[in-house]
Amino acid sequence: MADPMRIRASMAGDKVEVRVLMSHEMETGLRKDANGALVPAHFIQNVTVTHAGKTVLSAQWGTSISKNPFVHFRFKGGKPGEKVTISWVDNKGERRTDEAVIISG
Amino acid sequence: MDIRRRGILKAGGGTGVLALAAAAGLIRAGGAFAQQWNKAAFETKTVAATLKALGGGGSVESAQVQIIAPDIAENGAVVPITIESGLAKTQSIAILIEKNPSTLSADFDIPEGTDPFITTRVKMAETSNIYAVVKADGKYFHAVKEIKVTLGGCGG
Repeated sequence: MADPMRIRASMAGDKVEVRVLMSHEMETGLRKDANGALVPAHFIQNVTVTHAGKTVLSAQWGTSISKNPFVHFRFKGGKPGEKVTISWVDNKGERRTDEAVIISG
Repeated sequence: MDIRRRGILKAGGGTGVLALAAAAGLIRAGGAFAQQWNKAAFETKTVAATLKALGGGGSVESAQVQIIAPDIAENGAVVPITIESGLAKTQSIAILIEKNPSTLSADFDIPEGTDPFITTRVKMAETSNIYAVVKADGKYFHAVKEIKVTLGGCGG
């Protein structure tokens, strides 16, 4: 299964700055292996970030997001010590959820 | 890098917590992914078709939408892209890559309270125009930037 995400959530003024690095192959379905066989598509389709029960970012992705996807964004309303939860699900139905504690900037 | 070190710390300490979270979170996870994947939009092959699939037939070019990305990407597999919108009531930010096999790369929903700003990394098959399409107050706006790719990121 997929490795944990690396999440950093830190205060920047009154906002929470979130950086996340996910571990995923993000296969396009167009690439061929050494034997010339197509490698089936395998990629994250949905990403959801929540804080205190509220969705602060959600995304739909195609195959052209880079391998081991990186996302950086900011939201208002978070405080140090609170949690940010990030989930993804891929086209094979595999999913992963990780969380991080907001640290003071 | 700091983020990496923290990630490893998390990886070590977080496994047990994660199992718990998974057990407790399974029911919630269903809700979190109530959002659908817009298959039709991700299968489009032209900018016009993608815009139509996203619901924005008449997008207007806007200086309020900014694409921050390199002019030349040496490695098409990892092209960093930042999109920032200065438009009030920005609801979503989509990234379109004109000459990729599938035009639509990503569509981010920006709820109220989240900055209309996103950074991610994309794959580019070849030199192409990148479109940032922003939905703000129900209308669509976009910006275009050409990125030259030295080494393609798809196929391999």
